[in-house]
Amino acid sequence: MEGLTLSDAEQKYYSDLFSYCDIESTKKVVVNGRVLELFRAAQLPNDVVLQIMELCGATRLGYFGRSQFYIALKLVAVAQSGFPLRVESINTVKDLPLPRFVASKNEQESRHATSYSSDSENQGSYSGVIPPPPGRGQVKKGPGSHDAVQPRPSTDQQEPASPVVSPQQSPPTSPHTWRKHNRHPSGGSSERPLAGPGPFWSPFGDTQSGSSAGDAVWSGQSPPPPQENWVSFADTPPTSTLLTMHPASVQDQTTVRTVASATTANEIRRQSSSYDDPWKITDEQRQYYVNQFKTIQPDLNGFIPGSAAKEFFTKSKLPILELSHIWELSDFDKDGALTLDEFCAAFHLVVARKNGYDLPEKLPESLMPKLIDLEDSADVGDQPGEVGYSGSPAEAPPSKSPSMPSLNQTWPELNQSSEDTAIVHPVPIRMTPSKIHMQELELKRAGSDHTNPTSPLLVKTSDLSEENKINSSVKFPSGNTVADGYSSSDSFPSDPEQIGSNVTRQRSHSGTSPDNTAPPPPPPRPQPSHSRSSSLDMNRTFAVTTGQQQAGVVAHPPAVPPRPQPSQAPGPSVHRPVDADGLITHTSTSPQQIPEQPNFADFSQFEVFAASNVTEEQDSEADKHPEILPTEKASDPATSLRIAQADGKIEEKTAASVPANVSKGTTPLAPPPKPVRRRLKSEDELRPDVDEHTQKTGVLAAVLASQPSIPRSVGKDKKAIQASIRRNKETNTVLARLNSELQQQLKDVLEERISLEVQLEQLRPFSHL
Amino acid sequence: MAVCIAVIAKENYPLYIRSTPTENELKFHYMVHTSLDVVDEKISAMGKALVDQRELYLGLLYPTEDYKVYGYVTNSKVKFVMVVDSSNTALRDNEIRSMFRKLHNSYTDVMCNPFYNPGDRIQSRAFDNMVTSMMIQVC
Repeated sequence: MEGLTLSDAEQKYYSDLFSYCDIESTKKVVVNGRVLELFRAAQLPNDVVLQIMELCGATRLGYFGRSQFYIALKLVAVAQSGFPLRVESINTVKDLPLPRFVASKNEQESRHATSYSSDSENQGSYSGVIPPPPGRGQVKKGPGSHDAVQPRPSTDQQEPASPVVSPQQSPPTSPHTWRKHNRHPSGGSSERPLAGPGPFWSPFGDTQSGSSAGDAVWSGQSPPPPQENWVSFADTPPTSTLLTMHPASVQDQTTVRTVASATTANEIRRQSSSYDDPWKITDEQRQYYVNQFKTIQPDLNGFIPGSAAKEFFTKSKLPILELSHIWELSDFDKDGALTLDEFCAAFHLVVARKNGYDLPEKLPESLMPKLIDLEDSADVGDQPGEVGYSGSPAEAPPSKSPSMPSLNQTWPELNQSSEDTAIVHPVPIRMTPSKIHMQELELKRAGSDHTNPTSPLLVKTSDLSEENKINSSVKFPSGNTVADGYSSSDSFPSDPEQIGSNVTRQRSHSGTSPDNTAPPPPPPRPQPSHSRSSSLDMNRTFAVTTGQQQAGVVAHPPAVPPRPQPSQAPGPSVHRPVDADGLITHTSTSPQQIPEQPNFADFSQFEVFAASNVTEEQDSEADKHPEILPTEKASDPATSLRIAQADGKIEEKTAASVPANVSKGTTPLAPPPKPVRRRLKSEDELRPDVDEHTQKTGVLAAVLASQPSIPRSVGKDKKAIQASIRRNKETNTVLARLNSELQQQLKDVLEERISLEVQLEQLRPFSHL
Repeated sequence: MAVCIAVIAKENYPLYIRSTPTENELKFHYMVHTSLDVVDEKISAMGKALVDQRELYLGLLYPTEDYKVYGYVTNSKVKFVMVVDSSNTALRDNEIRSMFRKLHNSYTDVMCNPFYNPGDRIQSRAFDNMVTSMMIQVC
């Protein structure tokens, strides 16, 4: 046997074929049957096959050794190229293309399996390609192979309708075979595979002029791109020879316009076979699609309206049902128009369908319209139409029209996690505006004020329902106002609401940290007070029993100059005394309720009086014990006030003040019984301190004792009476105020009590466990 | 949750009707057909007001012993009729509304398809899938 020189590609290819035929893994001899199949697949006349076999020596040897096999393959290539079979031709024929073997449907799988990026795979795929017996007689190889064309030569060329038929044929052969076809320039076949889309669109060629049935390209631009498609396909394996063939093949293509529609179908299939996944659009295809897009819509960023697209795709002669399905898949945002990406996807699907691919149920990832390059099949994932549906329910509740899905679906392109995280719907939380809580929240608010306003505001900028917007707007700004007064935005309803909303916001934020996406609760019901936002609400000053400084500033009734106790800190409210643990709170930490502040003021006045009057001790005590009743002779109201203050302070239960109180017993007490009664009441509720009780009584006694002293000074009766009248009036007002405050506190305490009882009852069943 | 879902065109011919196959489909077809009278009645009653004010969701059209029939009309007089099993008491009105909303959205998507001629039977696979998802919950 003469020496056989094979190129690298040939070597690889032949070895693959050999290994394919070597089913017995003998590595030396191939099975005759397989070889014969292979040769049949070469679509050579039988006599040629016999000749080849004779030439390679198989008939002589009776089997196909490796060398014989290789020689045979070479001869096959020679024969397919049209050269006469000569022994010498094995090595003399230069640039012989690889032998072609018709593949069958199995090649489709093999094609899918092969990745065009690796030579080895392709090489391997050769053997995979070949296997299926050629008996299928599928002549997909049409182009370039006269043999292949023979089965369906004329019919394909003449029937423009055949492309429609082609999808029913077996799926495209491997690209390798494609390439081999390409490399038969001299193969004598005048048919040259046209650009993929070109022949494919031949049926569309109704509108095309001049071109024959194969080259009908919609815009005549197809040939170059498909050529490039071929180039890309040809990347992979084989051979420089293959590439060198391209110029020739291009020429052929341009020259040979008459192409069997079967060939065009083959080309199309080849194209489709190149899809990696298999829906990837190659650059050339994409360029082609873009060009087609431009014919309809010059602006690449614009839309193709549905009607125009319908006409365009109707030319593909696909059934309307399938076109409808393709539309459903490709119109990603369901707007009835196609963007460039959508158009490319649709076009691609049409091409695929033409090639016999079944349409997918969902849009493949690589066809998803993305804002970035189409090749980049990254993020979107499988979100075909479902996105719209998932988005629309979120939108639907706010009474949006059914057209919302289109908007929703645009979001995934921009932000894949659109529906989940970016949009936070504020969930209104019903807050019971409880003054007790308000006080607590006032405390918290001071701390969390700065953190909360911005983040919830940002969160809220996304779609909010109306009420939520109102809630939020009321909330956040209100949160800022507490200390400032009423300086926040104009959207505030009123002070009480502000404060209330502050409170509620406080509560909400105490519950929801900034990273918590729950929206702040709506503002509590407006307090029953006036609605002026800028004026002081005297009701509120009494109602809100916060010890806040600002409240103290405004809370004082005009009659009493405010003198908030410095030691007074905002803190537990009236209900504290009800707590199990220490009700006794030192005045320094006790919540100075607003009602007491006037008292304080008075007490401070008392201090003055007291200092002027009787004991010094009062002064020392006065700060701590409002109630510590300064015993003043001259000031009935003062004493009464002090007693009243003491009543209020009883909740705080300062024991230390007791002795001092006793010492102050000289203050006249105008309405002694009232404070006493009230005090007793409050004491009862608030776990009166017995000592203070006695102190009070002592003080009262002192006050009572001091009272008679007033009328004694007849000389100063008028003045004294007038003064006393004045003082009494003041006392009255103060006491009235105090009364109301205490009533309020009583209500709060009762509320707390009820809640505690409820809790107790709830816990009681567990005690049985 | 529904045992039968139908889309009726303005001219009162069905564009799409599907029932759970376990049941006698003809019976459902008949129920849908009879419910059209109720739908028309409701439409005409509300029609005196502006069409815009007309509520799309019609609510329970009529209950039978085994089934309840709900209706929904679009502004283009396309009607959706849904037959629900009465034994499925867990279904609340809101859920029915949401189901109709989904139906309406899907129908809109079908209409957006330029290859769909209004008046044709609905053959959209996406629409089918959506309806299936609504009906599958019954089983």
